[in-house]
Amino acid sequence: MYQMTIAELAAGLKSGQFSSEELTQSYLQRIKQYDPELNSYITVLEEQALAQAKAADQRLASGTAGPLTGIPLAQKDIFCTNGVKTSCGSKMLDNFISPYDATVIEKFNAAGAVMLGKTNMDEFAMGSSNETSFYGAVKNPWNTKAVPGGSSGGSAAAVAARLAAAATGTDTGGSIRQPAALCGITGIKPTYGRVSRYGMIAFASSLDQAGTMTQTAEDSALMLQVMAGFDERDSTCLDKAVPDYTANLNDDIKGLKIGLPKEYFAEGLDSDLAKVVEAAIDEYKKLGAEVVEISLPNSALSVPAYYVVAPAECSSNLSRFDGVRFGHRCDDPQDLEDLYKRSRGEGFGSEVKRRIMIGTYALSAGYYDAYYLKAQKVRQLISDDFKQAFKDVDVIMAPTTPTVAFNIGEKADDPITMYLSDINTIAVNLAGLPGMSIPAGFSKEMPVGLQIIGNYFDEARLLNVAHQYQTVTDWHRRMPEQFA
Amino acid sequence: MEWETVIGLEIHTQLATNSKIFSGASTAYGAEANTQACAVDLGLPGVLPVLNREVVNMAIKFGLAIDAELTPVSVFARKNYFYPDLPKGYQISQYELPIVGLGKLEIELENGETKIIGVTRAHLEEDAGKSVHEGFTNMTGIDLNRAGTPLLEIVSEPDLRSAKEAVAYMKKMHSLVRYLEISDGNMQEGSFRCDANVSVRPKGQKEFGTRAELKNINSFRFVERAINFEVERQIDVIEGGGKVVQETRLYDANKDETRSMRSKEEAMDYRYFPDPDLLPVVITEKQIDDIRKTLPELPGAKRDRFMNDFKLSREDASLITSSREMADYFEVVNAKCQDAKLAANWVTGTLTGALNKDGKDLSDSPVSADMLAGMLLRLKDNTISGKIAKEIFEAMWQGEGDADTIIDKKGLKQITDTGAIESVLDEIIAANPKQVEELKSGKDKLMGFFVGQVMKQTGGKANPGQVNQLLRKKLDL
Repeated sequence: MYQMTIAELAAGLKSGQFSSEELTQSYLQRIKQYDPELNSYITVLEEQALAQAKAADQRLASGTAGPLTGIPLAQKDIFCTNGVKTSCGSKMLDNFISPYDATVIEKFNAAGAVMLGKTNMDEFAMGSSNETSFYGAVKNPWNTKAVPGGSSGGSAAAVAARLAAAATGTDTGGSIRQPAALCGITGIKPTYGRVSRYGMIAFASSLDQAGTMTQTAEDSALMLQVMAGFDERDSTCLDKAVPDYTANLNDDIKGLKIGLPKEYFAEGLDSDLAKVVEAAIDEYKKLGAEVVEISLPNSALSVPAYYVVAPAECSSNLSRFDGVRFGHRCDDPQDLEDLYKRSRGEGFGSEVKRRIMIGTYALSAGYYDAYYLKAQKVRQLISDDFKQAFKDVDVIMAPTTPTVAFNIGEKADDPITMYLSDINTIAVNLAGLPGMSIPAGFSKEMPVGLQIIGNYFDEARLLNVAHQYQTVTDWHRRMPEQFA
Repeated sequence: MEWETVIGLEIHTQLATNSKIFSGASTAYGAEANTQACAVDLGLPGVLPVLNREVVNMAIKFGLAIDAELTPVSVFARKNYFYPDLPKGYQISQYELPIVGLGKLEIELENGETKIIGVTRAHLEEDAGKSVHEGFTNMTGIDLNRAGTPLLEIVSEPDLRSAKEAVAYMKKMHSLVRYLEISDGNMQEGSFRCDANVSVRPKGQKEFGTRAELKNINSFRFVERAINFEVERQIDVIEGGGKVVQETRLYDANKDETRSMRSKEEAMDYRYFPDPDLLPVVITEKQIDDIRKTLPELPGAKRDRFMNDFKLSREDASLITSSREMADYFEVVNAKCQDAKLAANWVTGTLTGALNKDGKDLSDSPVSADMLAGMLLRLKDNTISGKIAKEIFEAMWQGEGDADTIIDKKGLKQITDTGAIESVLDEIIAANPKQVEELKSGKDKLMGFFVGQVMKQTGGKANPGQVNQLLRKKLDL
């Protein structure tokens, strides 16, 4: 059962082959068995999940079920879940029981999905390896010495090891696509504004976007269908009709124009990994796609621009964690300043502190123009590069990451090298575009991700392009033997 | 040396919306602590602000009323600082692109002249909560009911030259926001308060002196006292050979002094940047035109109309139009009694006096405009005298009914029957032969004595003019 996709599970539930309760029970069993090794969950919600499963079974019996009814999912611990600890991977929120549901969670609840638990993540989504979590590093199911990527590392590992049918992730600079690539699963970060951010704990508000982490593109379509749409509680969410994401999955892609940005195939790219990506692109040619080289000339500026904008926004977004109303408060504060200093000093980890300091500096009087304003201008240039490119091509493809998963501890003390592991994914966030990563093969026995970037609100096309590849390949069906 | 005072005011006025600027929580004043603070107001993790469009309409209305430039695309920014009553660690305000740009307001000076005061800008922002010290030991409570209440911060140019001018400006602005119905202007509840930037310079010098910012002044009286204190302090510092330092000072009304809160060096760096959670506020020509149509007649125009149409003095017209309620009240009285001067006298005199005495607002007046007009009609048709009118007003104020009812009930109808007055007069003449002689010999002042005696005997119900006439006839004067 655990090897099945959402689409297959939904069919099984509908035909009565198994119940949601049985299915949920089987995932909970697998979590018990395997997660002590992987550490992909922060919170497992056994009782609540089984109650949801029972309710889903009733709904299935009454014929009012949708495609996600009774499907056991894992939710990244960045989404507020009513009555359930929502830690965001931080000691700061270790004691925080959210009094409300994020819009995304509300939607999954309305769809009848089961929430198995909350997945591990880099603290406040700041990290590319899941090593910054207060709850400890997550391991990559393909090699437990390696990182799963981050920040949605727990979700990626859980889906890769089939400890959930699928999971949610959030992506600020690659936090869905990079771990999806490193763990050999499918992930989509939709266009900025496609999915409500309400109830999703903010890291960098102008970049954060929720998305899916699944086995297949078809599953991503099914999940995104539920997640996407206007929410009046999020002013940056677009009031734009949501297309049927499964309707065009089977369209052929003859004549599809694929752009390969030369900057993404340049230095720093592992040559063995490059071969895997090239083979995947050859597969697309066989499917009738046309491939052209393009240029995104300002690509090199994306990492520096990102590491001004994201920390600047985070420095402000994280000010609310002050020990006054919720979250960690130091023992016996002497006065207000002591309360702030020790509560924040104790509650935040070092990567979060580093970014708060960078961001505070970038926004300071006298530096604002040189850093924040300039970064915003660079951001515009990067968006313009993509706009220009999409005049000539339908989608852009590139390696999701420059290398396969690195080992735990390998880059932990070198923030710059760590930041560069997101070099291929960051520009997409700066431009607000949708981006996907799909399993494209293996290099050194570790998964390789192919990134597919689309034009604004072109998620349906991305899913179609990904699905077509998955009809002729089986990388996405492979799973690490250790967890089979 | 002769010194000149330079003042600029920053007025914070609470906008009269039902819900908060970025959440659906109620803005009603006086609720139990933290009962009107929703997840957004508490700054819970994950929540997002959504702009209440009504505040934009109110800001546009204000901008039109002060003839200001309206910013087609204005931007909300975050003002970052830590304080326990600031839940998010930043206040959402407007910084580089405020919704209302340069405008102006005419004020009236004591000498009757007018002066134009420039308004630099007005921007929208959210209020903070408040710290509560009462009832806590070694702790401070936080009440977030006020957090997220919409404010319009109105910043003047440094055009004001005295505490009196500052008060006149503040009063005019207060009257304006109430006319526009964008604020209740309630100063006790903090709906209308100001900070004053004050500096002094030798008369004739062009450059401004170093300024001090006086924080959070919440009454007209305090603004005058705080500025006067501060001006004296600054002059003393300079004349004593010292230098005024740029700083923020708090006015303490109990001690009637200002004292330093923080100096320029300690001034906070608010790290403003555009709030990524909110879209820029776009206002269209159509929106502006639609709002323009809803603008009420403004105080200046109303004052001029009252002077032209009703021939009121500038003083009376200004006083009556200083509040929209009073102007409306006056218009009702005047329309019914058709005597503007009489209506103006009663509204600005007896009525205002009674309101002040009981600490009541016009909206709570026991004597409605209709009631007052009804009484003035009886005064005009000589049913009652001015003196009786005062008595009737007092009875109406005490809730004894309208003027006609009181006149009937108390028998206050003026005696116009000549025979009745003559018989009273005869008695008085007989009883005061000495005074009669003196009057006859030319001591005209004694007319008043006789009229007074008649009024006394008739309980004020005689018409003094008529008594006067009858007396002259009887004594052949």
